[in-house]
Amino acid sequence: MSLLRVTGLTKRFGTNEVLRGIDLEVRQGERIAILGASGSGKSSLLRCLNFMELPTAGVIELDGQPLGRERRSGERVYREGELTRVRQRIGMVFQQFNLFPHMTAVGNVMEGLRTVRRMPKEAARVRAEAELKRVGLGDKADAYPAHLSGGQKQRVAIARALAMDPELLLFDEPTSALDPELVGEVLGVIRDLADEGRTMLLVTHELGFAYHVATRVIFLADGTIHESGTPDEVLKNPQRERTRAFLASHKQYSL
Amino acid sequence: MAYQWDFTPVLANTPLLAQGLLNTLKVTGTSLVFGLALGLALALLRLSPRRAFAWPAGLVIEVFRTTPPLVQLFWFFFALPLLVGIEMTAFMAAVVTFSIQSAAFFAEVFRGGIVSIERGQWDGARAIGMSHAQALHRIILPQAVKRMIPALMERAIELMKTTTLVATISYADLLFAANEIAQKTFRPLETFTVAALIYFVVIFAFSLLAQQLERRLAVSGESTVH
Amino acid sequence: MRWDFASVFANTDALLAGAAGTLRIFAICLVLGLGLGLVVGLGRYARTKWLYLPATAFVEFFRNTPVLVQILWFYFALPILMPFEISPLAAASLGISLNSAAFSAEIYRAGIQSIDGGQWDGARALGMRWGQAMRRIVLPQAIKRMMPALTNRAIEIFKMTTLASAVAYVELLQQGKLIASLNYNPIEAYTAVAVIFLVFLWPLVQFTYVLERRLKRDE
Repeated sequence: MSLLRVTGLTKRFGTNEVLRGIDLEVRQGERIAILGASGSGKSSLLRCLNFMELPTAGVIELDGQPLGRERRSGERVYREGELTRVRQRIGMVFQQFNLFPHMTAVGNVMEGLRTVRRMPKEAARVRAEAELKRVGLGDKADAYPAHLSGGQKQRVAIARALAMDPELLLFDEPTSALDPELVGEVLGVIRDLADEGRTMLLVTHELGFAYHVATRVIFLADGTIHESGTPDEVLKNPQRERTRAFLASHKQYSL
Repeated sequence: MAYQWDFTPVLANTPLLAQGLLNTLKVTGTSLVFGLALGLALALLRLSPRRAFAWPAGLVIEVFRTTPPLVQLFWFFFALPLLVGIEMTAFMAAVVTFSIQSAAFFAEVFRGGIVSIERGQWDGARAIGMSHAQALHRIILPQAVKRMIPALMERAIELMKTTTLVATISYADLLFAANEIAQKTFRPLETFTVAALIYFVVIFAFSLLAQQLERRLAVSGESTVH
Repeated sequence: MRWDFASVFANTDALLAGAAGTLRIFAICLVLGLGLGLVVGLGRYARTKWLYLPATAFVEFFRNTPVLVQILWFYFALPILMPFEISPLAAASLGISLNSAAFSAEIYRAGIQSIDGGQWDGARALGMRWGQAMRRIVLPQAIKRMMPALTNRAIEIFKMTTLASAVAYVELLQQGKLIASLNYNPIEAYTAVAVIFLVFLWPLVQFTYVLERRLKRDE
């Protein structure tokens, strides 16, 4: 059953066409790793899926429902109210965490529940503490982000996204801003979520992790899907030259 | 022959001076409250992507920052009542003038503060499904206000100095009282010196308070907007 | 409501006299204010307390007292101590200039302090004396950074010239009052004065924005 279907997704920033007609289908329980060089459009693709950026052209369907409205001119327009509701169903974790510094860890995790879901404070707190415990930070509930390590901050960010019960999780290079020794704790949490059967899209440079966790791997180049397949196919046996070159450049200094 | 200083006639009029100071604080306080509220509203309008909101707000801000406050005061006291057909006391004219005038400056401080919050905060808020208004209210403004407090206090102290202009429309503030006393006692030197000293002490005290607050905010690790 | 700008136009002479008066006192206060400000600013930057303390006292006093109070003091109080008359122009100029000197002193001080210490080192290593280093190396760089703030100060001075009307100096607002009282048209008179100020200052204000943007870009 298709959770998310993307047809002909195009994104232009001024004259720069970052995404050139992407077709993608995400079924429930799938875990898709998105690889690509910088500038290939990986982040833009992810940001279009929860409408943090508006697509220039193309259709995105969530649960079979196309989002936005097509005008007679062919242009697609979106209403902010509809998009806000979509973002309540799709969670996103950022490279730079984007935690709210003026709130504690539990405050951050509760914020969506209180302000967006209008949950009463006590119920929201109970739920938030449970999510923090799930990512291994039960004892850090009342700490402020400034006092947390990068890895801890990212885990709080994941808890914040999980608190909204998202149908789909988007990870935008979640470990790229972390010191190497902190990467593992975050990948561990993502792995646990994978084991639970959560649907997720993961933009990452951690090829080894992608190999073990993903059900499908997509390689993006020049704004299109250059190659796509199972982890074994794309990562161990790439068919196309650019994919091979990309993987080779990543393995250059591996042990 | 050296001049004989004599402060006694001035000090005999202390009640008048005290009332004058009180009135000065009344005008300043009232204008400050309205000015801050109006300033925030103007800033939010100015930041709106809709030109129908942003453009008029920008115009009000520019006009009130580019015309002298005394001209504005005269206009609101002498011209507006005739234009709209209402009665305006000196106090009302003063509060209206200084509220809008200070709002124009507060608006720029608010706008600077909001804009200085990094985009990632908007991203984080929108990603959990917050509307623009919710993000502004829960995430952006609370962080921005902390940064803006020094600049806002600076502007508030400016307001305290600007309100002396009410003396020119015969509102009984401290300066007006001083002028009256000087004429009564024929001791302009002592009177105006005392008035200047009172103004200095009061405003300097607030200025020191503001500096203290700024220092305490800096210690807690907040960068500031000027 | 019938707007009667005709009576305003009939008094163009009065307005022109006012404009001339405004520009005259503006020029005086700009030169005195920014000039004295530089001296006091350097005093604020000095390390010896014989320079630093008086400069600080000056700045704190004239920044924390309203200009109108100072103008009235110079007009009503000072003549008692002086054997000569103080004209409205003199009183207003003194008040506005001293106030502006205090504010611009801080602009100068901040600007000079913002120049990296390495610049001083480089100048001294070449054998320059303090005065030479300041004049040839530090000030030229600092001036560029201070331009937006100094231009803002100039705009404030221009607006402050209206305070001279409190001692009946003939500038734009004073003429506005005159026209309003003679023709019973305060709306048109004061609107005209406001518009004239807008016309004078708007380009200057836009210029400050350009300066600020350029500074941000270059930094």
